[in-house]
Amino acid sequence: MKSGDQSALAELYDRYSSVVYAVALRVLGDTGAAEDILQEVFLQLWRNPGAFDSARGSLGAWLAVITRNRAIDSLRRRKPETDIEDVIVSVAPDLAGAADRSRAAEKVRGVLGSMPTAQRSALEMAYFEGMSHSEIATKTGEPLGTIKTRIRAGLMSLRKAFAVAGGGSG
Amino acid sequence: MAQHEQFAEDLALYSLNALQGEDRATLEEHLATCADCRLELEQLRGDGALLAMSIMGPKPPAHARQRLLDAAAKESAASPRAQQARESSSPRRSWWGFLGWAATAAVIVFAASLWKENAALKGTLASASAQAAESSRQLEDLRRIAAPIIAPDAQRITLVAMKTPPQPQGKAFYLRNRSNLVFVANNMPPLPPQKAYELWLIPTQGAPIPAGVFKPDARGSATVVNPPLPAGTEAKAFAITVENEAGATSPTMPIVMMGTGE
Repeated sequence: MKSGDQSALAELYDRYSSVVYAVALRVLGDTGAAEDILQEVFLQLWRNPGAFDSARGSLGAWLAVITRNRAIDSLRRRKPETDIEDVIVSVAPDLAGAADRSRAAEKVRGVLGSMPTAQRSALEMAYFEGMSHSEIATKTGEPLGTIKTRIRAGLMSLRKAFAVAGGGSG
Repeated sequence: MAQHEQFAEDLALYSLNALQGEDRATLEEHLATCADCRLELEQLRGDGALLAMSIMGPKPPAHARQRLLDAAAKESAASPRAQQARESSSPRRSWWGFLGWAATAAVIVFAASLWKENAALKGTLASASAQAAESSRQLEDLRRIAAPIIAPDAQRITLVAMKTPPQPQGKAFYLRNRSNLVFVANNMPPLPPQKAYELWLIPTQGAPIPAGVFKPDARGSATVVNPPLPAGTEAKAFAITVENEAGATSPTMPIVMMGTGE
C-alpha cells in the first residue's frame, strides 16, 4: 500500500470487518449480499472518515449501526434512508475483539432470552428485518401501541443489562 | 431523559428507522428543537448497536479485504481525489522520508568522517588509497543496509518476542492536508479510575496539540478517528499520556508512548 489512507483503511478493516460482515449477514442471510455491504460500509468510511465523530461514541458501535441500516435498505430494496453523517451513536462498547464480542453476545442472548417471546420477536422484526411498527402490528395482529411499548422496553432491557455491568468493555 | 415521555416510544422506533407516517413527521419536528430527545435518540441507537455488535458469525471471505483495498485504490486513481490522495499521502511518505533522510544523513555524516580520515592520511599515499577503497566499500555496504529502510515499497513487519506479555502498541495514520487522523492501539494497560489516555500531535513547531482522549476496551484495544485538529499541522511525532477523563490541554508527564513514524 502506498497511500496512508489505504493503510488506515486496511487497519480498520482488520479490526472491524468481522462485526460489519456478521451484522450484514444476519440481516441479509446471503454471503454475497453481505460482502457487498461490507465493501460499501468501509468504502464510505474511507471516502468520508469525518462522518464518524469519535468524541460521541465507539467506532465499532457506529459501524454496526451504519451496517445494519445499509443492510436493511438493501433488504427492502430502498434508497438509503439516512445519511451516514446524521447517525450519531452514543457511547457504547467498541467490541473490536472477538472475546469481548463473545461475552457481549452471551449477555445479549441472556437479555433476549429473559424477554417475553412477543417482545423479543417485535424487537427482532424491527431491528433485523427492518419492519415498521405498523407492519409488525399487521403481521402479529396486535395494536400499534403494544408494538411500540414492546420495542422500547426491549431496548431499555439491553441498556439496563450493560449499564449494570459498567458499560461492558468501554 | 424523562422530560418528554410522550415521545419515548416513538423515539425508540425512530432509532431503528421503524417509525413511519405522521408520527415520524411529528417526532422529527420535535427533535429539531429538543436537545434532550436528540441525546436520548443517540443512546437508543447505542442500545440497538448492542444487538448488532453481539451478532457472531463467520469471518468475511479472505478475498474481501483485497477487493476493498483494490476498490479504494481504483476509486482514488479514477477520481479527481486521486491527486489529493497522492498529496495527502505525502505526510506518510515524509515519515518514511524522515527515515530516508535520516539514513541519507547518516551516509553523508559517515562519508564526511571517512573523507576527513582520508585527508589526515594524505601523507601516506598507499595507505590513503587503501583507505579510499575501504571507504568506498563501506559506503556501498551502508547503502545496501539503508535500501530496505528507504524503499517505499518495502514490506514492514513488526516482530515481537514469543511468550512475553503483549506489548502496548499504537499506530497513527495522519494525513496532514486533510487533517485526517486514524489511531489504533492494542494491548494498552488498564487505566486507574477516572483516568484516560490522551493522544498528542507533536508539531514541528509549537506546543503539543490534543488529538483525542480514549479508553481501551477490556483487551486493551482503542480507536481514535478524526479528532478536531488545526488544519495542515505538520506532525513531528505522536505521543500518549495519561490524563483525567475529560482530557487535558497540555500533556501531563510522563509520556507513556511516543513515535515519530513507522
